[in-house]
Amino acid sequence: MKAFWKSMLRHPGGVIGLVVLFIAIFIAIFGPTIFPTSPWRMVQRPFLPPFTNPAVLLGTDALGRDVFAGIIYGARVSLLVGLVSTLVALIVGVPLGAVAGYFGGRVDDALMRFTEFFQTIPSFPLAIVLVAILQPSIYSIVASIGIVSWPPVARLVRAEVLSLRTREYVQAAIVTGQSNSWIIWREILPNALSPVIVLASLMVATAILLESSLSFLGLGDPNMISWGYMVGAGRTVIRQAWWITVFPGVAILLSVLAMNLVGEGLNDALNPRLAKDSR
Amino acid sequence: MTAVPAVSIKNLRIALPKGAERPYAVDGISIDLVPGEIVCVVGESGSGKSMCAHALMGLLPDTVSTETGEILLEGDNLLKLDEDGWRDVRGRRIAMVFQEPMTALNPLMRIGEQMMEMFEAHNLLTPKERRAKALGLAREVGLPDPERIVRAYPHQLSGGQRQRAMIAMALALEPAVLVADEPTTALDVTTQAQILKLIRDLQRRRNMAVMFITHDFGVVADIADRVVVLRYGKVVEEGTAAEVLTRPQHDYTKALLAAVPSMHPPVRAPLEGREKAVDVIGLDKTYVTSGGWFRPDRSVRAANEVSFSILQGETLGLVGESGSGKSSVARLVMQLIKPDRGTVRIGESDLTKLTGKALRDERHRIQMIFQDPFASLNPRRKVGNIISDGPIAHGTDPKVAMQRARDLLGMVGLDAGAMERYPHEFSGGQRQRIGIARALALDPEIIVADEAVSALDVSVQAQVLALLEDLKARLGLSMLFITHDLRVAAQICDRIAVMQRGVIVELKPTAQLFAAPEHPYTRELLGAVPGQSSPSQAA
Repeated sequence: MKAFWKSMLRHPGGVIGLVVLFIAIFIAIFGPTIFPTSPWRMVQRPFLPPFTNPAVLLGTDALGRDVFAGIIYGARVSLLVGLVSTLVALIVGVPLGAVAGYFGGRVDDALMRFTEFFQTIPSFPLAIVLVAILQPSIYSIVASIGIVSWPPVARLVRAEVLSLRTREYVQAAIVTGQSNSWIIWREILPNALSPVIVLASLMVATAILLESSLSFLGLGDPNMISWGYMVGAGRTVIRQAWWITVFPGVAILLSVLAMNLVGEGLNDALNPRLAKDSR
Repeated sequence: MTAVPAVSIKNLRIALPKGAERPYAVDGISIDLVPGEIVCVVGESGSGKSMCAHALMGLLPDTVSTETGEILLEGDNLLKLDEDGWRDVRGRRIAMVFQEPMTALNPLMRIGEQMMEMFEAHNLLTPKERRAKALGLAREVGLPDPERIVRAYPHQLSGGQRQRAMIAMALALEPAVLVADEPTTALDVTTQAQILKLIRDLQRRRNMAVMFITHDFGVVADIADRVVVLRYGKVVEEGTAAEVLTRPQHDYTKALLAAVPSMHPPVRAPLEGREKAVDVIGLDKTYVTSGGWFRPDRSVRAANEVSFSILQGETLGLVGESGSGKSSVARLVMQLIKPDRGTVRIGESDLTKLTGKALRDERHRIQMIFQDPFASLNPRRKVGNIISDGPIAHGTDPKVAMQRARDLLGMVGLDAGAMERYPHEFSGGQRQRIGIARALALDPEIIVADEAVSALDVSVQAQVLALLEDLKARLGLSMLFITHDLRVAAQICDRIAVMQRGVIVELKPTAQLFAAPEHPYTRELLGAVPGQSSPSQAA
């Protein structure tokens, strides 16, 4: 564990990503208590440019709502959707891939064809359709993002399990009379974890983007403000009031970039061969 | 030392990075390579012998640095060269043959093209002349049907042919010095014997200086003119092959030579009248690789009507070359793969008929020790858990199982502190002991050891073999011992079965097999074991 942190800290991009990520998480958790103005409340005249009134630092939108408040409250939705939908994707993808890879043969064929069925449908239109059918709400958004993003997880876990299954220590476990589920959970999956963690960190970034895109199209949760919704709402007036779209856009950019940097750092830190080379 | 050395290494000292187990990989070594002489550099893993070879080629990894010393080639100090200078030396004046010919050759290039590349890299000859040269080289190293083989890809060649191609490439520019880093370790004994003879012949014909790195004293006895014994990066003994092999001076050399198993099987206690521990009848297994839609399926017969039985307390050896199906037989007996036909009977139960829970419950009666001590232990579980997992799965109370694991560690010669540590903290020999403890944890009747000592250094190998013999006698175990090394088999087995292409061609008591081999393949195998002519083996 110590060695892991050491090689993680040696990666400057990963460190910057972690710092930005921690700030974002801090804002998402404590922002609303520190800054209690509701993002839906009208606080000033509409289209107030940024940096003119210290009370509304980033200006106001078309209805006179505080852009800064929107960004603070939006962090919660964006990060929550990113993390929870990734979790959903992992819960579906990891066992599916593990079972397919471990048992092989017909089981593998059946599960992989099922996976391919989801992979052949473009993920964004599928997410739009799902949210539209289920009615836009935070739950349907998380569910639909989870549903469109599990196939790569299943694929990756299957590939890892396929290669680990033939290792001698797995054979030793079979020989000592361990049950299949014990072998999958105790012997194989812990050793397949590193690439999955890396993939998951990148998936969080993709999920944040997906949520923003859905909200941009007006398919966000109507009761919760999110960065994507703000960009979408401000796009019609982007020439008169650039700040309404630019600031939430920058927030999306920063958090996605941070997640990607963390993912890359994790990849280097968890991959012993790369970690050694970078010395 | 009358002749002028082609290359002399003088007082070479290579520093390892901080935090390594010792400060110097190579510590003050001096070796002269004289034309027309083969110098064998012998040592166990970690002795710095490969470092020497790589220093000679300028291929040292970036993490180490040469501190003092010089490598003189015709008056030039090679260690002072820049990358361009090295490129000029490599291949043309010093050439190297690597251990693993499959990974040393480019899989996407034809053999002939790779040979021609040697000339191309040094801007020599026209393409047409290069082609002719490549053909000539292929002929010289004894590749069959040279016209066809220069157009083949590496995967289409056998291991021995690939190594011949590597040697041809090394010889292309007629270097004065050839460095061979364990060139026969990855090969079967019969192929090894051919490659050794080839290197010997070529070296005589071209009057080259050869530096031959090996860990195998049998090979040393067959090929060396002079021997340098390395330990922890220092030369412990140096002399002519006859001197070192027959009258070793240093204790370490003596210990190494003593650890080499002899070809003479010791007398073993008779086993008549014992019950059968395991009965294997007519095992058949054919692997089929699907050729897709347009090509026929490929099938390989790994086991063909394999039958044998092991008596209680007996060790049956299963020997053969790679691809002979001996590992498949181990896995068939262990029920890691299901046979197409045949029976494996332990006492009253037929393992091949059992599935699921019933099979898991019977598995404890037959346990396995694996070949690779680094791959056979889960890197993310503590040693204590690795050993006790099996008994716990069979319903033993975890506390009792842990106590038993502690006792077993003591039995295989490790202290109980190992319980809380992870496998990567142990050496190869220690890991193999952990593997043995794991196999014993379930109180088996039969142990299947698949090349269990092949990955270990000779001295460690001797210890592990002694441990196995001792445990077997104490616990009354039967053993199926799979190996490619006939010397090891001679020492430990009561009877030996020889396998060739999935068939047992001969099965006899060890002493009889060595004294009067009947099948031609057995004779060929026995004849190919290196180091038999050496006087040191007379004892």
